[in-house]
Amino acid sequence: MTGSGAGPAGDAPPTVPQRGVLPDGAHITADGRTIGPTLMDMRNITLRFGGVEAIKNISFDIREGEIRAIIGPNGAGKSSMLNVISGFYVPQEGEVWFRGAKRPPMKPFQVARLGIARTFQNIALFEGMSVLDNVMTGRLTQMNAGLLAQAVWWGKAQREEVENRERVERVIDFLEIQHIRKTPVGRLPYGLKKRVELARALAAEPKLLLLDEPMAGMNVEEKEDMSRFILDVNDEFGTTIALIEHDMGVVMDLSDRVVVMDYGRKIGDGTPDEVRGNQDVIDAYLGVAHD
Amino acid sequence: MPDQVLFAIEVTLNGLMAGVLYALVALGFVLIFKASGVFNYAQGVMALFAALTLVGIMEGQVPFGHLINVMFGTEIHGFGWEVPALAAIFLTMVVMVFFAWAVNRVVLRHLVNQAPIILFMATIGLAYFLEGVGDLMWGSDIRTLDVGLPQGINEWIDGVTYRALGYGFFIDNLDLVATVIAALLVTGLVLFSQYTKQGRALRAVADDHQAALSVGISLNFIWVLVWSIAGFVALVAGIMWGAKSGVQFSLSLIALKALPVLMLGGFTSIPGAIIGGLIIGVGEKLFEFLAGPALGGATENWFAYVLALLFLVFRPQGLFGEKIIERV
Repeated sequence: MTGSGAGPAGDAPPTVPQRGVLPDGAHITADGRTIGPTLMDMRNITLRFGGVEAIKNISFDIREGEIRAIIGPNGAGKSSMLNVISGFYVPQEGEVWFRGAKRPPMKPFQVARLGIARTFQNIALFEGMSVLDNVMTGRLTQMNAGLLAQAVWWGKAQREEVENRERVERVIDFLEIQHIRKTPVGRLPYGLKKRVELARALAAEPKLLLLDEPMAGMNVEEKEDMSRFILDVNDEFGTTIALIEHDMGVVMDLSDRVVVMDYGRKIGDGTPDEVRGNQDVIDAYLGVAHD
Repeated sequence: MPDQVLFAIEVTLNGLMAGVLYALVALGFVLIFKASGVFNYAQGVMALFAALTLVGIMEGQVPFGHLINVMFGTEIHGFGWEVPALAAIFLTMVVMVFFAWAVNRVVLRHLVNQAPIILFMATIGLAYFLEGVGDLMWGSDIRTLDVGLPQGINEWIDGVTYRALGYGFFIDNLDLVATVIAALLVTGLVLFSQYTKQGRALRAVADDHQAALSVGISLNFIWVLVWSIAGFVALVAGIMWGAKSGVQFSLSLIALKALPVLMLGGFTSIPGAIIGGLIIGVGEKLFEFLAGPALGGATENWFAYVLALLFLVFRPQGLFGEKIIERV
């Protein structure tokens, strides 16, 4: 897939107009996907842990329907950034704008209820529960029948359960994990766990899906599978995806636009091609003598 | 059958019934430990407090009556009404839910991410605090609790076994009721945790806090919920123990008997708590029957702890607990 060509950092119009330019910088990519207006806007984010600045004054946006990557060497602050977006960390400075409104400081579970789902670098699944139950937990935010309703009004609770099951089964089919739906997650190999985690996040029908190193620790074949799933999810469900990777090759093939971080700073932002040619990025990855 | 064997069977049955009561208390521990990793030392006191509150409400006693009288020189003792058992149980449950909320708001919320030993110490403090509040609210007298549960020997079992075996089994009606209620309670808990949204969230939190947050589960809500359920279990245990031996402050000591039950059953397993309770109940009654005379009696006081010690040496995770695997 080729990059969509939305301009570098922020609100600039796309540098290369694609087949049709829509209002608010929205456009249609070469492969026919619609990139909408800005979904999430990170403005001048600074995050400190004691005296250490993990993120230094970074701004970037995520548009509806795109695959946005955050890359950088180890310790660049990528995961911290993802944790800021998902509410696990609260930045000391800067503003987070989501769907055109400034987001007040929130707990992670509140962020999840806004429609931001995520996966974790070290996989956070419910090991004792089956694959199906794990994916069903992704639907918790969509269930409205109260406890009493569930006990008394079997009608509504049942209907809700059926609807949720339909969505869950669709996701399970989609990610090709039907054969393990009843297996306790603790018994699955690493690659499948990663897929179950993705399924749980997808089940929530997120407006923004955050993937923290979805390919970490995978072999080549598993990486190819995962890349395919990420592209398909974006294409089929129209899900906006922000992902972190430190493997440059994978990211470049996958994403529409890339933010590059190093030592907590943003050193590049643009289409994969633009980023690839950026001298700072090359230095960060290949290493240069710092003066 | 020789009388000795029949008697042993009767002892075993009675042990099972006693075990149900141990299991009820242990269940409260397991629920909270699973969901929040907190070993709640106050579980026994919660049972006492629930029973005290229930008696107080039923008899129309004014809470903090003594305190009010001393402070204002009044002579208030009761509202002068009696509350029917079911309504009183409901009101007591409201108090227990409030207690659950307050514990989370005032204590646990400030101790998030602290070491387990710190949370444990906090619950020891909580136990003494709650005992004090119970005393202040309802007084320290031994109270009889009568919510209308049948008591005394079950004539039918006595009759049937007498005709069949020539030896009538003594089974207390209250123990039978306790068994049925415990079975209903456990069934209810299982249905709740398997088939409701909140139950699923509860299991999720018990498994992984971070993942639970990421799917939109509020940990605070779940903790209040689980402490409320533990409060309900404590209330049921309090009613049973209270009906059996009166509501008195030594009731909180049954919490100590729940410890060996947990060692056996594992701290994270609901079936484990039940079976652990039954094993301890039967074990201590049978041991007393078989070895008591030779050892000078009173083995019931220590048997459970020695059994727990053996388990700690040979199977520290208990019968059903999660296996402790340390990856290097």
